[in-house]
Amino acid sequence: MASSNSGGSISDRQHIAQQRLKIIAGHLQRPTDGGSAILPSECKAQGSKPDASSERKTVPRRRQEIMKWNGWGYNDSRFFYNKKGQAEFTGKRYRLSGQIIPGLKDWMESTFGSSLQHKSTATPILNSSAVPPPILNEAFVEELKSTGIPFSHEAEDRVFRAHGHCLHEIFALREGKIGRVPDMVVWPNCHNDVVRVVELSCKHNVCLIPYGGGTSVSGALECPPEETRSIVSLDTSQMNRILWIDEKNLTAHVEAGIVGEELERLLNESGYCTGHEPDSMEFSSLGGWVATRASGMKKNIYGNIEDLVVHIKMVTPRGVIEKNCQVPRMSTGPDIHHFIMGSEGTLGVVTEVTMKIRPLPEYQKYGSVVFPNFEQGVACLREIARQRCAPASIRLMDNEQFKFGHALKPQVSSIFTSFLDGLKKFYITKFKGFDPNRLCVATLLFEGDREKVLQHEKQVYDIAAKFGGLAAGEDNGQRGYMLTFVIAYLRDLGLDYYVIGESFETSVPWDRVLDVCRNVKERIVRECKEKGVQFPALATCRVTQTYDAGACVYFYFGFTYRGLSDPIHVYEEVERAARDEILASGGSLSHHHGVGKLRKKWMEETISTIGMGMLKSVKDYLDPNNIFGNGNLL
Amino acid sequence: MPSKTIYSHRDPMLKKRDDFEDILEERRNSSDLRYALRCYTPVLYKGVPPIKASMLKSMVLQSGQIRYIISQVSKEMGRANDDILEEASAILDEMAQRLQLSTVRFFVFTLSKVFKILFRNICVNEEGIQRLQQAIQEHPVVLLPSHRSYMDFLLVSYIMYTYDLALPVIAAGMDFIGMKFIGEMLRMSGAFFLRRSFGGDKLYWAVFSEYVKTMVKNGVAPVEFFLEGTRSRTCKSLTPKLGLLNIVMDPFLKGEVFDISLVPISISYERILEEPLYARELLGVPKPKESTSGLFKARKVLNEDYGSIHVYFGQPVSLRSIAEGRVNRCQFNLIPRHIPRKPSEEIHNFVNDSAYRLVRAQEENMVLKPWALLASLLLQNHHQDQKMEQTQGIALDKLTEQALWLRDVSRQYGAFLLWPDHMPPSEIVSSSLSLHQGLVRISEGRVHLAKAGPGEPQGAVTPEEELWSQAVIVLSCASYRNQAMHIFLRPALLASAIHAATSNKKQEVFNTFSFLRNMFSNEFILCPGATVQDFEEACYLLMKTGALQASQQELVVTEKGHRTLAFLTSMLDPFLQGYQVVCRFLCEEATENLTEKQFIPSIRKFIVKLLLSGSLRYTEVLSFDLQKNALAALLRLGAVQKIKGYVGFESPCVCAWFDWLKQEIQAKNVFFIYLLFFRPSIQIGKLKISINWAKKRCDNSKRHYGKTVLGKNKIS
Repeated sequence: MASSNSGGSISDRQHIAQQRLKIIAGHLQRPTDGGSAILPSECKAQGSKPDASSERKTVPRRRQEIMKWNGWGYNDSRFFYNKKGQAEFTGKRYRLSGQIIPGLKDWMESTFGSSLQHKSTATPILNSSAVPPPILNEAFVEELKSTGIPFSHEAEDRVFRAHGHCLHEIFALREGKIGRVPDMVVWPNCHNDVVRVVELSCKHNVCLIPYGGGTSVSGALECPPEETRSIVSLDTSQMNRILWIDEKNLTAHVEAGIVGEELERLLNESGYCTGHEPDSMEFSSLGGWVATRASGMKKNIYGNIEDLVVHIKMVTPRGVIEKNCQVPRMSTGPDIHHFIMGSEGTLGVVTEVTMKIRPLPEYQKYGSVVFPNFEQGVACLREIARQRCAPASIRLMDNEQFKFGHALKPQVSSIFTSFLDGLKKFYITKFKGFDPNRLCVATLLFEGDREKVLQHEKQVYDIAAKFGGLAAGEDNGQRGYMLTFVIAYLRDLGLDYYVIGESFETSVPWDRVLDVCRNVKERIVRECKEKGVQFPALATCRVTQTYDAGACVYFYFGFTYRGLSDPIHVYEEVERAARDEILASGGSLSHHHGVGKLRKKWMEETISTIGMGMLKSVKDYLDPNNIFGNGNLL
Repeated sequence: MPSKTIYSHRDPMLKKRDDFEDILEERRNSSDLRYALRCYTPVLYKGVPPIKASMLKSMVLQSGQIRYIISQVSKEMGRANDDILEEASAILDEMAQRLQLSTVRFFVFTLSKVFKILFRNICVNEEGIQRLQQAIQEHPVVLLPSHRSYMDFLLVSYIMYTYDLALPVIAAGMDFIGMKFIGEMLRMSGAFFLRRSFGGDKLYWAVFSEYVKTMVKNGVAPVEFFLEGTRSRTCKSLTPKLGLLNIVMDPFLKGEVFDISLVPISISYERILEEPLYARELLGVPKPKESTSGLFKARKVLNEDYGSIHVYFGQPVSLRSIAEGRVNRCQFNLIPRHIPRKPSEEIHNFVNDSAYRLVRAQEENMVLKPWALLASLLLQNHHQDQKMEQTQGIALDKLTEQALWLRDVSRQYGAFLLWPDHMPPSEIVSSSLSLHQGLVRISEGRVHLAKAGPGEPQGAVTPEEELWSQAVIVLSCASYRNQAMHIFLRPALLASAIHAATSNKKQEVFNTFSFLRNMFSNEFILCPGATVQDFEEACYLLMKTGALQASQQELVVTEKGHRTLAFLTSMLDPFLQGYQVVCRFLCEEATENLTEKQFIPSIRKFIVKLLLSGSLRYTEVLSFDLQKNALAALLRLGAVQKIKGYVGFESPCVCAWFDWLKQEIQAKNVFFIYLLFFRPSIQIGKLKISINWAKKRCDNSKRHYGKTVLGKNKIS
């Protein structure tokens, strides 16, 4: 049952990291107080001690100690303008950390018309008195105490779990506005703890909202304001063990609270990986992926979550649902996994998942291709999809995003590099005649045997050449992927200077990719203008996934909201219009973000009234008293 | 939203219109040759350079739709794909425009010369041009000019060249191709040609629509076509044809472009080049085949003065904003877009409504000259005289007085009237009369319509010949009256409804109004589904001018309102009488095997008989256009049906009905038609009149909208 490799060998580096974390934790941890006291809880359910536990890097229960309470990511990592007015990224975690980004300021000023003069500062610390007092279900609390499962009703803990990362959620926090928040937080340690919590909740009619990584961008974590019962946030972060690895079948059985990065790290130690890498993988959890039908950047090799999952255990008010075997496929009526995947916490809590694993790839190589225009780029991606030779990841950025990526280039240290960059630019724009205001870039990531990767690379570049694409180097590609992790931090910088922004995604059949991209971008720009936005709006997109029958498209938009009395309302109207446009142009409601509360209004037209009825009847059967009452999806 | 401002008209008086600039003025002062050769650098759609004709052709032939149709046709006919592709390619060659700047320059040079001879000035609203220029850069543009003359499309291209705007490609009828040299010249100045009828030819339709769509989608050039489908011989706007509008809207509805700007253009001629031709065509002399030699024969027109032309470029209408909330574009998501589908009812209704609104937008910006008012007054006077069986005409000063009165009324109704206020009214009247001296005679200070056209001997030999030559004059005159018809139409319908209704009750008047409006919706531009709106507008206008007083329940004509109402009812009277005559013909004269083809000649004979006997005084009724519209209306209302094969009289009560109908006809005009539709059906030959029973007469509480009520309870 034990994972074979991780037991004995701990590398020095990990040791050091562990040490450091402990020290930091020591500094940050307050003297123990009643609610959040760490109770020694033994998980008897597992029978034996999970092996990986000793070197586990657990997300602390008091997440606010390492993560921002009103912004994205780690406390130590953020963009800011230094005294010279240059953008800088702090911390040590990322490649960009500690670097100066000279182009960012100009880009922000020219794109959004924002200026350093106008700063909109956020409320620095949470004002606990603004948080409504918890509605406690005394009987429930009493019984919970007796189980020994840790819980808290401290304001900071509750507020942290009352939101995801939608713009309106973050914006409200920055303004210090707190709405309905969970009344308490529980930290079950294992499957059986969850079973107990769910049983107690049913018994005492308490509303449960599962909480994994907290990276939702669909309003899924917001508490329904009309909920009068006690709301309990069920934080799965402590359930983060790999319970076993089966090398014969290449599967791993993992607790659902594990965070993506940690899962990969632990598997890597054993020489494996899942290959599931959503952009949020630093923070998002396995259970969250299952509950929202997540998609990873390298799905071309490893598949999306529905392809990766072999077995799911979920605790519902009716009891525990799971299959009796771990098989690749079966024909036993509609797949019950598909009721669970995408259920967004409305049916129960996913506690354990068996996932496929793969040996770590021998070789990885980044790459990039420049196309004269977006149309050619899309045509190339379509051809690559047709030939089914897409690399692990292929993404096509439009011109605006290409420029944005350019603006995020860190300061160049040597004259030689800058000379080289200049030369490249000259070659592409002057010699090859690409219009710098039209060209676009695809970033690539190849994985596999060295030989095969090189062969594959050639094939892809040959196809690209037919569409006027020029290879533009590994470096550009790698930077593109690095930026996906950093880009989320950038919104907080924007918010500091009256710029609000958001991203959303859709899936589109191939023949409509260009139409959707064009129409949605234009709609955004037009709506912003009509809604009174005083500055030019940025609307940009990229194709992030290719399939046989279509693609996933990601949109980013943002604008300076100075001069608007109700910027969030304007922003929401623009986003709604953009979604209407997507649907009218043949795109879907969501590719992988999910529906949450943000997109509920389109659910019925998307899956038909009958489809809604089917989902509702499942909900009614599993959870007649709406214990899992987050109000998502339906 | 630009579209909204164009449609809402609470108070027509407040409508703001742009000022005009005369573009001929500069032509008279500088070299035409230099002008034709000047540097021409239009702004382009999204700054993308134009696509070459050969490129365009291959885009069309390789498009999904064409490939789909080719494989379909090949399956159906058992022909090879390549064979059909070749055919498609040939169709495309026959159709395609080959816009060439050099040809345009040639036209510009020639037209400059011709225009200067024919016209006093050509006035264009430059603000409209600026709006258009903006629109061209942002979205694909569709130009929708009104169509009164062959001149129209050359004129639009000429103006586009003048203002350095992208030259349009124009949908033209295939008949031009018959004019050897000219046809090719037109092709090179941007015309593309479509066959007048290609009924079941799937391939032709596919190639044509794909060709147009490709040009729209890629913003190759502004696409221009005539919503009315053909030149209006009567100067009334024709009910719009939807084929091309459907095609150009398609790329937007299917999400292939973000938006399309539809630009209504109103071209108003003070005197129409084809004036005498049109009257003859309407009277049944067939349209001469377009030929180059014919064109040269027509050069005698060069000796005459045709006054001025006003071209008004209307507010571009954003297709996206008018489709908002009307069309669910998701309906195209489930079937590949290249597979042709019959438009859904939702789409059809939307296109139809839009077409009407666009034609209304054209109408509203049509410039009226004083002559249009004078023609209305002279015609009314003419009919009055006929009634009295005299030909004394109207005194010049009385005419002037009436014209001034009508000027004020029409202004209050929102007419775009160019009445030079700085000139003494008598001068305006006399100069208008002299421009149209072919149509009027002034003797002893009294004005009346001419008896015969210019160049024809006065006092024809037989009464019938006299009638025909009189008809030419009357119809010409009527065409100028028709220019003003859209201003007075709604109030006139209301006036006639008040006149015909049995009581002053608002509901009853509305019912009659609604009936008349429905009856005339083939004749005039009446937006579908806007009955209530039109009724309210008419009430508003009449009340505003003090002609009508309204309480909750009743509408009462005021003392001073009688003059207005009398004028308005006389405006509509010729049409009412005309429709009545058509009904009468169908009841009395139509024989068993009346085919559609025979309809016009036999009704014409019937009308001539009535006119000669003096029982009908409106020579206008001879107009082919009116007869055709009346028949179409009766067909639409289900009063007449087209049936295949022979059907004889069936109902034994028909004879009795004939007697009754005859009485009705002699009794009252409007009411007759009104009642006609509540009588049982009669079948006459291949045309069947089915008339509903009286019991179906609407109880007054219920609003009835023609078809739904009238279509039921037929006896066959």
